[in-house]
Amino acid sequence: MSSSAQDTGSAVAGRQGGFYAWINKRFPLDRMLKEHVTEYYAPKNLNWWYVFGFLSMLVLVIQLVTGIFLTMSYKPSATEAFASVEYIMRDVEWGWLLRYMHSTGASLFFVVVYIHMFRALMYGSYKSPRELLWVIGMFIYLALAAEAFFGYLLPWGQMSYWGAQVIVSLAGAIPLVGESLVEWVRGDFFISDITLNRFFALHVIAVPLILVGLVVVHILALHEVGSNNPDGVEIKEKKGPDGKPLDGVPFHPYDTAKDLIAMIVFLIVFSAIVFFAPEMGGYFLEHANFEPADPLKTPEHIAPVWYFTPFYAVLRAVPDKLGGVILMGGAMLVLFFLPWLDRSPVKSLRYRGWMSKTALAAFVVSFIALGYLGTQPATGAYTVAARVFTVIYFAYFVLMPFYTKYDEVKPVPERVSHHG
Amino acid sequence: MARKLIACLLALLPGIAAAAGGAAYLQPVSVDISNEAALQRGAKFFVNYCLGCHSAQYVRYNRLAMDLGLTEEQLVENLMFTGERPFDTMEIAMPAQESATWFGRTPPDLSLVARARGESWIYSFLKSFYLDPSKPTGTNNLVLSGASMPHVLWELQGVQRAVFRQETDAQGGVHEVFDRFEIVTPGSMDPQQYDTMVRDLVTFLSYIGEPVQLERRALGIKVILFLLVFLLFAVLLKKEIWKDVH
Repeated sequence: MSSSAQDTGSAVAGRQGGFYAWINKRFPLDRMLKEHVTEYYAPKNLNWWYVFGFLSMLVLVIQLVTGIFLTMSYKPSATEAFASVEYIMRDVEWGWLLRYMHSTGASLFFVVVYIHMFRALMYGSYKSPRELLWVIGMFIYLALAAEAFFGYLLPWGQMSYWGAQVIVSLAGAIPLVGESLVEWVRGDFFISDITLNRFFALHVIAVPLILVGLVVVHILALHEVGSNNPDGVEIKEKKGPDGKPLDGVPFHPYDTAKDLIAMIVFLIVFSAIVFFAPEMGGYFLEHANFEPADPLKTPEHIAPVWYFTPFYAVLRAVPDKLGGVILMGGAMLVLFFLPWLDRSPVKSLRYRGWMSKTALAAFVVSFIALGYLGTQPATGAYTVAARVFTVIYFAYFVLMPFYTKYDEVKPVPERVSHHG
Repeated sequence: MARKLIACLLALLPGIAAAAGGAAYLQPVSVDISNEAALQRGAKFFVNYCLGCHSAQYVRYNRLAMDLGLTEEQLVENLMFTGERPFDTMEIAMPAQESATWFGRTPPDLSLVARARGESWIYSFLKSFYLDPSKPTGTNNLVLSGASMPHVLWELQGVQRAVFRQETDAQGGVHEVFDRFEIVTPGSMDPQQYDTMVRDLVTFLSYIGEPVQLERRALGIKVILFLLVFLLFAVLLKKEIWKDVH
């Protein structure tokens, strides 16, 4: 080495040769790589629940890349949209693959994001100092929901059309301004070519920009506070003489090696769906959406895609339209307040008592049950069940300040317990 | 903890799968779209009996020939009768506006009917026409009550009537319940032959619903095999990297 290595930056520059040094004089590439990749210390006891953040980013990239290519052949016009999708499926080289990757990616995006959020609930990852990280994540979730909603209109099938019709008209329940608001969103008196055009613009430009921006902010916030872990121990509090956390490992190569395995396993599941069951029994691609949109013919049974059905079930559980809309919105927004509802002195469920464990289990069961009920007709016993599970869903949040305060907790260890 | 939760999630899955249940009177059918002979017969039946009124506007003739193992000559001689060019799609000459007046609604395009309705639905529909003098077409359909489509295959299947029986429910109300079909006038095919013909048609409609099906599955196997090999190396790599962490 020619340089005397007084600071590591110039040592690397010397080792990497001229071009790398040239870049680093003009752009903090080396510093950024260290801060976020090779010298970002993540707890060594992260388990497999921790790969879903990375997987969410992977799906985001899949959606962006396939989306760009789909846009090259798709036509956002009421008379041409449906046919252009079939054109992609039949006449465009590899168009079918792009389309199935995009449609499967949409559903799996929610699968990985829901698991990612569940992991945060399980290990208390939203608690101080990660409140803002959680709130940013919630904004990502809302943007994702908007992205999925706008995108679902684009194939211009029967379910695209009537699903959008039902959801947009919900805003009509708002007193005084409701009806004008609905017209303003649609740009017309019904879902039309104009609506399709603006949803296309929002789906391919506005919301993806917001999403990508929020993801960057989410990661910056994560790297500022550091990753939580299944023990809920702050690894930054125990540092070695070199200033590195004793229980941390550099993100690269340790966590990247784990994420690589997660990526391949995910891609196997993804491929199994794309290549062998792209409709996923009507849950990823609904059967009614293979009929072109017909404003004069209402389908017998309108149900949103599975990832919205828990909230749809909450909406229908309330007899009053405005009440239903408020409760449905509340079901999403209440998640924002989680960091301040949780009064437990410990983060991870591992060291919490039976109350918190029961509450989380009941919450997960009610979320899945509501998801199922949202796909079913809202009649008789189904409505009663939806009401019961809606109450449990909200009870998880409303009662949280109490059960987390009075719940027994076990002592949290000083250092993380490593399980490989 | 985590395992218990996963077990709970899995326990709910059968309920979700059962949610996709079908309507009454549907007879389940499964067809094999890799059966080229069945596809060719189905294509012939489709062109002869369906394409008069129903278009398949997303299906190209030459793609059909390629996937069904036909030469362009065979294609033109057997499937193309109205002066189309091989790269044309399966359009019809009947004007949509007028056919809506004739039939009550324009006969729907059939490109995606197998994906929208399902194979079992088409199979059951084509076997469930029965005599009903109260309808303008003289027939009704068990699967699609009040269907505006006449029984165009009656010469092949023959004419059948539906036999209903009386059933009393728990509340004492009496309902008419479908019991069976009875052939009134035999057609040119026996029931076995007609069943095979309908299956061939369903096979063809399933194929045009998604022409890439076979290619998709074949590619899928290769992709997943590659990923499994890749996974092996990734697992070894992870073990190597993590071996010093305690």
